[in-house]
Amino acid sequence: MKKIICSVFALSLVLASASAQAIPGSGLVKGGATGEAKDLTGAGATFPTVLYTKWFSEYAKLTGVKVNYQSIGSGGGIKSISDQTVDFGATDGPMTDDQLKVAKGGAILHIPMALGAVVPTFNIPELGTDTLRFTGDTLAGVFLGDITKWNDAKLVADNPKLKAIDRYIVVVHRSDGSGTSNIWTSYLAAVSEKWAKTVGAANAVQWPVGLGGKGNEGVAGNVKQTPYSLGYVEEAYAVQNKLSVGLVKGKGGNFIAPSTNAVSLAAQGVALPDDLRIKLVNSDNPEAFPIVGFTWILVYQQQTDAARALAVSRLAWWCSHDGQAFNTALEYAPLPLDAIKKAEVLIKSIQINGNPALPATIAK
Amino acid sequence: MTLKTTAAPGSQKVGDPGDRVFSFILRAASSIVLLILIAFIVLLVIDSRESISRFGLSFLSSSKWNPVETEINKIAFGALPFIFGTVVTSLLALILATPLAIGSAIFVSEYSPPWIGKPVAFIIELLVAIPSVAYGIWGLFVLVPLMRDVVEPFLQSTLGKIPVIGLLFVGPPMGQDLLTGGVVLAIMILPTILSLSREVIAQVPRLQKEGMLALGATRWEVLTKAVLPYARPGIIGASMLGLARAIGETMAVTMVIGNSSTKITPSLLTPGYTISSAIANQFTEADSPIYFSAIVELGLVLLIVASVFNILSRILVMRLVGKGGGSHA
Repeated sequence: MKKIICSVFALSLVLASASAQAIPGSGLVKGGATGEAKDLTGAGATFPTVLYTKWFSEYAKLTGVKVNYQSIGSGGGIKSISDQTVDFGATDGPMTDDQLKVAKGGAILHIPMALGAVVPTFNIPELGTDTLRFTGDTLAGVFLGDITKWNDAKLVADNPKLKAIDRYIVVVHRSDGSGTSNIWTSYLAAVSEKWAKTVGAANAVQWPVGLGGKGNEGVAGNVKQTPYSLGYVEEAYAVQNKLSVGLVKGKGGNFIAPSTNAVSLAAQGVALPDDLRIKLVNSDNPEAFPIVGFTWILVYQQQTDAARALAVSRLAWWCSHDGQAFNTALEYAPLPLDAIKKAEVLIKSIQINGNPALPATIAK
Repeated sequence: MTLKTTAAPGSQKVGDPGDRVFSFILRAASSIVLLILIAFIVLLVIDSRESISRFGLSFLSSSKWNPVETEINKIAFGALPFIFGTVVTSLLALILATPLAIGSAIFVSEYSPPWIGKPVAFIIELLVAIPSVAYGIWGLFVLVPLMRDVVEPFLQSTLGKIPVIGLLFVGPPMGQDLLTGGVVLAIMILPTILSLSREVIAQVPRLQKEGMLALGATRWEVLTKAVLPYARPGIIGASMLGLARAIGETMAVTMVIGNSSTKITPSLLTPGYTISSAIANQFTEADSPIYFSAIVELGLVLLIVASVFNILSRILVMRLVGKGGGSHA
């Protein structure tokens, strides 16, 4: 009962906030379109699966278009769209130039769907419910193995209560390749020159120290069980499982808690490239949580099948506009207006036989 | 007339069409198994060509596994920590599980009254059917804390004090290490070895045992002189099947071994990595061709490691059977 009340409350909050900053361009996909493919297939990132499942079931009710999405991982999503075995791919890490070059169907667009954050989570029994403050410098130091103890001077400088914790830090990272690791290592590479030069940023890297856990649940399980450990998980996962989450210092110098709002701000009021193929970590927005990334769907700019082109472009439009209203309740940060405006340009550039794929009623 | 068409006993002639069809089916079935194996090896070699030609033997001897090109660290793939982890955990599992399994197999089939033996045997066979991911979850949430808080500190304070053996137990106990991986594997292969050994021991001819008893032998003498020599090849075969399961086991080990390939040390308390864990962990996100190729080569290496163990155990069984037969005659 309590749960129901909670979720009703959360939903009304979402509706309220959605109407407060109504997204222009939403409500334009009103139902099915004539000549539209009724089945679409997509594959890729596991991170947005929950959101996509919700979206696609709502979208099927609205338009009658069924979307079959397989969460096989970002690497698989990139491979599938490059081989043209799906109508759209999905990824948490942008495709590299080399990957874009070998795609069989020409130019691929990165259309953002939501933002995700990766948060440090820790287990220090003495702290109880107290939180910790991390900086890029301290996180990189710990994950490089340069900071080995909780009472290291650098950590104590931001967290005086750690002075008494004379314990080794047990570092926990992902053992499987993942977009979560990509965002985390991209952040460490952005803030630490040593990390960028020795380890680098990717879905899987050679970790200098630590234990590997499989999946978010593996890392969270390790951290929960191992006293004095420090790991990282997706923000949504941390919230749902009530893990101890640390604050991280943003570029403006504030220590910021990872709320969906603070995550959305990473792409608001900052310079975004037109192709939106950008790692958002260490955002210039002083109120933004710094360890953040887009999750994209991948679509060919030049479509070959008119019915599918129409369906994919309408789907992308609906998800990046109307769909955003579902994000917060599911713990995904919605796209800020800046990002939606850039996404609109990308969706309008999808073509079929030299003409825009998106109907003129939506594109205007 | 009709009598003449039936084959004489012992005749090799296969004249009946039904017989010919049946023998063709049998031949086809066995050659399909062979073909699958060949296709398997061919595919692994083809897909790992890039990695084989680029890294050569250093793939087996290097312990650098770096899928990301940075200024200081070039891309490099060396599987030594994975091979080491696979061999150590599998052998550890074999060493821990075999005595226990044989001991309880003897108890169940020779010493216990049927009302204990039968249910125990049944429960053990149920254990074989538990999926490995269930062992993994149990390992992560029950075994790991137990190892970290009780077993490993105990081992350090006892065996850890002995000069050379102590090197096996150096380092802070984290619970996720080669030792825990070995223990989980031991628990997993125990039922396999046990149930097979029990079957083999049950096959020892009654007359042999009763003959020994009639000569006034004690139970111990019956066991060591009549039962075990007869069952020995079968028991070794059972252990080798257990070992084969341990080498290929993936999920359960992945969840408790720590998945760290940074260093190889003599200590069993350091986090490790096995070949199959590495494949399972990294295959889905291996995004560059060389990375993919290296992962496939890991599969090839795993096949080789398993074959080496298999051949060694064949040799062992053959030598022991030779000896056992000799002493019997």
